[in-house]
Amino acid sequence: MSNERTPVTSLDLPVSYIGRSVARPNAARLLAGRGTYVDDVKASRVLHVAFLRNPHAFARIVSIDASRASGIDGVVSVVTAADLKDVCKPWVGVLSHFAGLRSETQGPLADGVSYWQGESVVAVAATSRAIAEDALGEIEVAFEELEPSVDMDAALQSDAAPIHAAFGSNLCFERRVNAGSVDEGFAQAAIVVEKDFSFARHTGVTLEPRSILAEFNPADRMLTIHHSSQAPQMMARIAAMHFGLAEHQVRVICKDVGGSFGVKIHIYPDEMTAIALAIKLGRAVKFVADRLESFVTDIHAREHRVRGRIGLSKTGEIVALEIDDRTGIGPYSMYPRTSAVEANQVLNITGGPYRIANYRGRARVAFQNKVPTSQYRAVGHPIACAVTEGLIDAAGRALGIDPFDLRLRNVIRDDAYPAVNAIGLKFEGLSHELCLAKLKKLMDYDGLRRLQAESRARGAHLGIGIGVFIEITSPGPEFYGVGGAPISAQDGCSVRLDPGGNAVCHIGTTEQGQGTDTIMAQIVASALGVTMDRVLIVSGDTQASPYGGGTWASRGAGIGGEAALQAAVKLKNHILKLAGIFLQADPAALDIVENAIVDRDTRNERIAMSELARIAHFRQDELPKDVSPELVATHNYTPRQYPFAFTNGAQGSLVEVDMATGFVKLLKHWVVDDCGTPINPLLIEEQIRGGVVQGLGGALYEECLYDERGQLLNGSLAGYLLPMAGEMPDISIAHAVTPTKEGALGAKGAGEAGVAAAPAAVMNAINDALAPFGAEITTLPMTPERILRSLGKIN
Amino acid sequence: MSQVQISLKVNGEKVSALVEPRLSLVDFLRQNLDLTGTHVGCEHGVCGACTILFNGEIVRGCCLLAVQAEGGEVVTIEGMADDARTRALQTAFHERNALQCGFCSPAMLLTARELLHENPQPSRDEIRDFLSGNYCRCTGYQAIVDAVETVSKNVDATA
Repeated sequence: MSNERTPVTSLDLPVSYIGRSVARPNAARLLAGRGTYVDDVKASRVLHVAFLRNPHAFARIVSIDASRASGIDGVVSVVTAADLKDVCKPWVGVLSHFAGLRSETQGPLADGVSYWQGESVVAVAATSRAIAEDALGEIEVAFEELEPSVDMDAALQSDAAPIHAAFGSNLCFERRVNAGSVDEGFAQAAIVVEKDFSFARHTGVTLEPRSILAEFNPADRMLTIHHSSQAPQMMARIAAMHFGLAEHQVRVICKDVGGSFGVKIHIYPDEMTAIALAIKLGRAVKFVADRLESFVTDIHAREHRVRGRIGLSKTGEIVALEIDDRTGIGPYSMYPRTSAVEANQVLNITGGPYRIANYRGRARVAFQNKVPTSQYRAVGHPIACAVTEGLIDAAGRALGIDPFDLRLRNVIRDDAYPAVNAIGLKFEGLSHELCLAKLKKLMDYDGLRRLQAESRARGAHLGIGIGVFIEITSPGPEFYGVGGAPISAQDGCSVRLDPGGNAVCHIGTTEQGQGTDTIMAQIVASALGVTMDRVLIVSGDTQASPYGGGTWASRGAGIGGEAALQAAVKLKNHILKLAGIFLQADPAALDIVENAIVDRDTRNERIAMSELARIAHFRQDELPKDVSPELVATHNYTPRQYPFAFTNGAQGSLVEVDMATGFVKLLKHWVVDDCGTPINPLLIEEQIRGGVVQGLGGALYEECLYDERGQLLNGSLAGYLLPMAGEMPDISIAHAVTPTKEGALGAKGAGEAGVAAAPAAVMNAINDALAPFGAEITTLPMTPERILRSLGKIN
Repeated sequence: MSQVQISLKVNGEKVSALVEPRLSLVDFLRQNLDLTGTHVGCEHGVCGACTILFNGEIVRGCCLLAVQAEGGEVVTIEGMADDARTRALQTAFHERNALQCGFCSPAMLLTARELLHENPQPSRDEIRDFLSGNYCRCTGYQAIVDAVETVSKNVDATA
């Protein structure tokens, strides 16, 4: 019975929250200023860590003199790499299924050589952060500056000096894909378009910086970590592995997390240092990155250069596609997800929405002396999408085919699923044709074209652009687990009936504001037959929750949601079985509706859930002697039929470009998204809007600027531009619904859809506005300066 | 470092403390008074997460020193529990899901309250413009603009 999967969807439930725009119960606390982010957590005798960071991009550490710092009142410990060697086992950021991927051994603090500006060299633990920072000023480190490798293409040259001498080159990873007959395809093409695209490094800028409070109790050897993180169970396992503890000796607690976006899923040396100090000193140690530290130690992402080539027939069928992608990932591949996944996903996703038989791609990942890059929201998607959609628009302009028409001629047809593309990606069910049709209507595309023509006559230059995307969600074990990383593709959920008749749900997925906890409450309430106010969700505590991967890669709804659904269904069956015994009725003739056990057919109430729960907990004497009520149910769920639950959609952008200044005004943005069964449209839409704005930031403003010596020039919010309310457009959203059949819930992810195609759509819109001037831009962010360059107005 | 005696009013209560001259006002509120509803996002006056009311005006708590608050009156989000306009905004933000992680929200609410105080019926563009000193990395802003607009149109709630 417990292994049976009962088909429960919104359609066969009498009262359901699934598909309803329910406000988030946990949001009221945050609005009242009563959240608990890591820096809000108090610990007794806490020490604060500050780091002395390498000021050079690449340097040998010749000597360290910390004697004066150690003597300052309030300074408890000053440590270098050598001091932590016995405490923390080092790590290497590789995955075994990425053939050839290599990285150097990394530890909590730079050891002998430091590879990027901002890398930690010395750590000070003191009774206040201010004292720890005072002490940094008293430490003398002699650095011998080495010649940095900054530009990725220069780093990949055969004569470039390798930054890790043992590797002989700066190549971290290379992958090629080759499907069909690409050269024949291009030979047959009526038109071939080739473009160079450039994407700037940017970073996630979570408003709450990375934060950790680690506390070690030497008496029972329990390590408790309050962490601003997306994946507490992963962090617990890694802490156990690297600090010589059993897994159950580590507890990781993630209460409120102030934004994550992939930034807070990696293992950072600074956090490992804080843990090492907590263990070494036997007390609580806190580290909260300041904003400059965030800019020089949070992962960066998306620094890619891509040469793309597309061939089309006279009638607009794509006959060949080729890309050559290079990316610079800093000196180390991040642990444990690696820094090769972004380039790998660029190769996988490019051309993804389309029927393309002939596709060839090459990706090269280069070591360089900049901040390490790794997975940031919508990993690889905006790059792959901008390249694909940019090439298609350029080809469409040359052929004189409208962007919507050209895409409709090439997308995988809605009736062609399940489908496998040329490089073997499996798509269970997508809806490109439907999404394009909905987008065209939502935008009033024909009306916009008329408006554009009228505006041009008045000297105002509007641009209209679209972008079609696929999105990787709900990954299975083939994504990371297969490569040896302690990253779980499964998630677990336990639902228990409490004595008041409420459902207390413990789940492995975590909440960073997306509303994960809320949708779990909706699912549990719906499946169990109780109202949402009767459901409590407990997440973000490794001692409280069943094991689960956490929240990343848009897996919360698709994987956590299915686990929650099935756990609630199991508990419902337990409750109905008990009710049947107590009421002397057939459990199959009973149901639970709005907090009461009812007759399935008449809906007449037989007994309140609270009353049955009271009896189950306290009055077992009223039950037969052989009945022992089951009051909790657990389900673990792993998607196994498809490696990913791909979603899809399309975005549109309307911009006005000022040809005299190069300024872009975003007038409107549209998204049609198909994430399967929508559990809470209100939350989905806000997540998509937030994603769009992050995508627009990368398209128009955000860039980590480095000089030729590898110095980050804009490590502050004054120098690094983020989207603000005044610059952002209103964003209209519509849905298509293609549920996955892999789970009973039918939900897929939605967290990265917004980011995926926003840069493509706005780039195509800008190029649509520039086209009458014979100008084009394929370098992101599309700053006014770069737009004026493309117009030939400045050199 | 020598300490300085300060006396001020925080959320209507008299507070006296010895503080280092270098302590920022937001750190004083968070560390000394445990008023953790005010957040620290950048410590250089850009992100707006530390917005508080000082002598009736919204200011950046990271750009003032605690000693500068001597004799002044500070109100944080915790002190706004009975403020009708703040409550109306909190309700509208909640219903419209005008927050995700919530880190920017207390400051965003205080800034929105100030806008409605200065301009009770702002246009959407005026709302966007006024909120542009407060970063939100999650929502994309539209829901925040919607929520503020909703409150501005509900005269009772803003009274």
